[in-house]
Amino acid sequence: MADITATDAPAAALPVQEETRGTRRLHRGIMIGIAIALVIAPFVAYPVFVMKVLCFALFALAFNLLLGYGGLLSFGHAAYFGMASYVSAYVAKQWGLTPELAILSGTLIAAALGFVFGSLAIRRQGIYFAMITLALAQMVYFFSLQTPRFTGGEDGIQAVPRGRLLGLIDLSDDRVLYWLVAAVFMGGLLLIYRIIHSPFGQICKAIRDNEPRAISLGYRVNQYKLAVFVLSASLAGLAGATKAMVFQLASLTDVHWSMSGEVVLMTLVGGLGTVFGPIAGAIVIVAMQNYLATLGAWVTVVQGVIFVICVMTFREGIVGVISKWIKKPL
Amino acid sequence: MFELLGVPPQALFGQVLLGLINGSFYAILSLGLAVIFGLLNIINFAHGAQYMMGAFVAWMCLNYLGLNYWAALLLAPLIVGVFGVILERVLISRLAHLDHLYGLLLTFGLALIIQGLFRNYYGSSGLPYAIPAQLSGGQNLGFMFLPNYRGWVVVASLVVCLATWFMIEKTRLGAYLRAATENATLTQAFGINVPLLVTLTYGFGVALAALAGVLAAPIYSVNPNMGADLIIVVFAVVVIGGMGSIMGAIVTGFSLGLIEGLTKVFYPEASATVIFIIMVLVLLVKPAGLFGRAA
Repeated sequence: MADITATDAPAAALPVQEETRGTRRLHRGIMIGIAIALVIAPFVAYPVFVMKVLCFALFALAFNLLLGYGGLLSFGHAAYFGMASYVSAYVAKQWGLTPELAILSGTLIAAALGFVFGSLAIRRQGIYFAMITLALAQMVYFFSLQTPRFTGGEDGIQAVPRGRLLGLIDLSDDRVLYWLVAAVFMGGLLLIYRIIHSPFGQICKAIRDNEPRAISLGYRVNQYKLAVFVLSASLAGLAGATKAMVFQLASLTDVHWSMSGEVVLMTLVGGLGTVFGPIAGAIVIVAMQNYLATLGAWVTVVQGVIFVICVMTFREGIVGVISKWIKKPL
Repeated sequence: MFELLGVPPQALFGQVLLGLINGSFYAILSLGLAVIFGLLNIINFAHGAQYMMGAFVAWMCLNYLGLNYWAALLLAPLIVGVFGVILERVLISRLAHLDHLYGLLLTFGLALIIQGLFRNYYGSSGLPYAIPAQLSGGQNLGFMFLPNYRGWVVVASLVVCLATWFMIEKTRLGAYLRAATENATLTQAFGINVPLLVTLTYGFGVALAALAGVLAAPIYSVNPNMGADLIIVVFAVVVIGGMGSIMGAIVTGFSLGLIEGLTKVFYPEASATVIFIIMVLVLLVKPAGLFGRAA
């Protein structure tokens, strides 16, 4: 029927801006700014709230790596986030593993799941890709619903012990755990920044912008797509596993499709295809959920309205708009 | 009582019938998605919400206006179809020049709004909708008991699907539609009002979803969440069938419903996931879908 090969990738909404030495310096400044903010944050804000923001920011960063730089819209990222959170909660509670091993096993499972689902989904393009990832994630949801021995069913895995980091540092205090979460987040951010600016990231962007040309240049585009998919899924898993440690809970909410929708929303609000946008988006959406928590089902309506407004009039997102003002990519 | 493959025939045929009913909803919904995608190049994520709206409009017609099932069967698709036309004019048409992913995100947002609003006003427990008097009761076929209403749903869906196929493949309007799907610019150059065609097509696809909703109302309770999970299964059906062929969408929809029904009999644990598993198998063997053309 219709031609479904991508015409212009979503990130093409942003003007192409030259990467100069000044940009690199600016980015380094922002990174230092974020690091300083991470140090100050627990003293001015409620640590659990900040940790929640950091987990979702990392999740959105991982998602944006795939959509913004790979041009692939996955509508099923909750699968990796939620499965990692289940696995880390399970091994920490049932096997008594230390938190770093629990987070690591969650991340590895997410990577494996990302490899399997990614190799299936990249067989189709564009709109089909989104539908396949969504359907596969729904399969994970049903699996979680039907295996209460592993996931605890409707109750989820509750009272997950935070344990001792490396068997030494007790993490039961929020202010101690915060530093681990902050370190995980900063590590994830730096890794994603490195990936985007590596030769590998450049090739991914080339595939996003013009796949046939990338093929004719001799790149095996499917291998690159799969690699960026697995990286994104693993980082989403890292975020989910960390979240399970913070809230000591892994539940069906984490694997539900609405979670996949939320991470899309965060990325969209913050700015698709910008390095720092997902962080801004996560702050806005998590803060909004906290303030509107009393409104119950209205939160869904508000999220829907934000979706519509963003798509209709605000496609660059917060950071995208700032980037336009200062005429430098962020 | 004789048994077939170790299962009492009552249970077997009952599930087969239920599978066919689900299959007819899959067929109608994936048909609507395929028609909309063909011309607008967007996946209508709000399709499930619009299916739910159809059921709710039928319920409102009965409880607020005292209009019976048959009136609702006509009115609900019309009302929801007009709602779709407005959505297309006000919002979706403005995204036509952009990447099709934005259409997906927009309709996803719309689905959240619609479902959230209905959940606020009607709760998520579900409202009953009685089977119309003319179709209550059932026939004893000897090997099974056939409730009249369930038989009606399967027959009505088949008629709707075939009528849609006939309209698209055999009439002049359908020829315009197919022409605009192949090449919108060229079709417009021949003097056909393509933007109007696009709006009407969206309205028609949405009306189909609403019609499925009315048909479903007496079988499943009228519930704000009834479309949300269904639409994901329908997406899988669309991936399996491919959106290239109208008849393909109908055949895929009915047969997957049937397979799902049979799974419920022989291996109930897998009944929720069997369609997704088939999707995985199809992706491995024939990535373009059973009836799809390679992109």
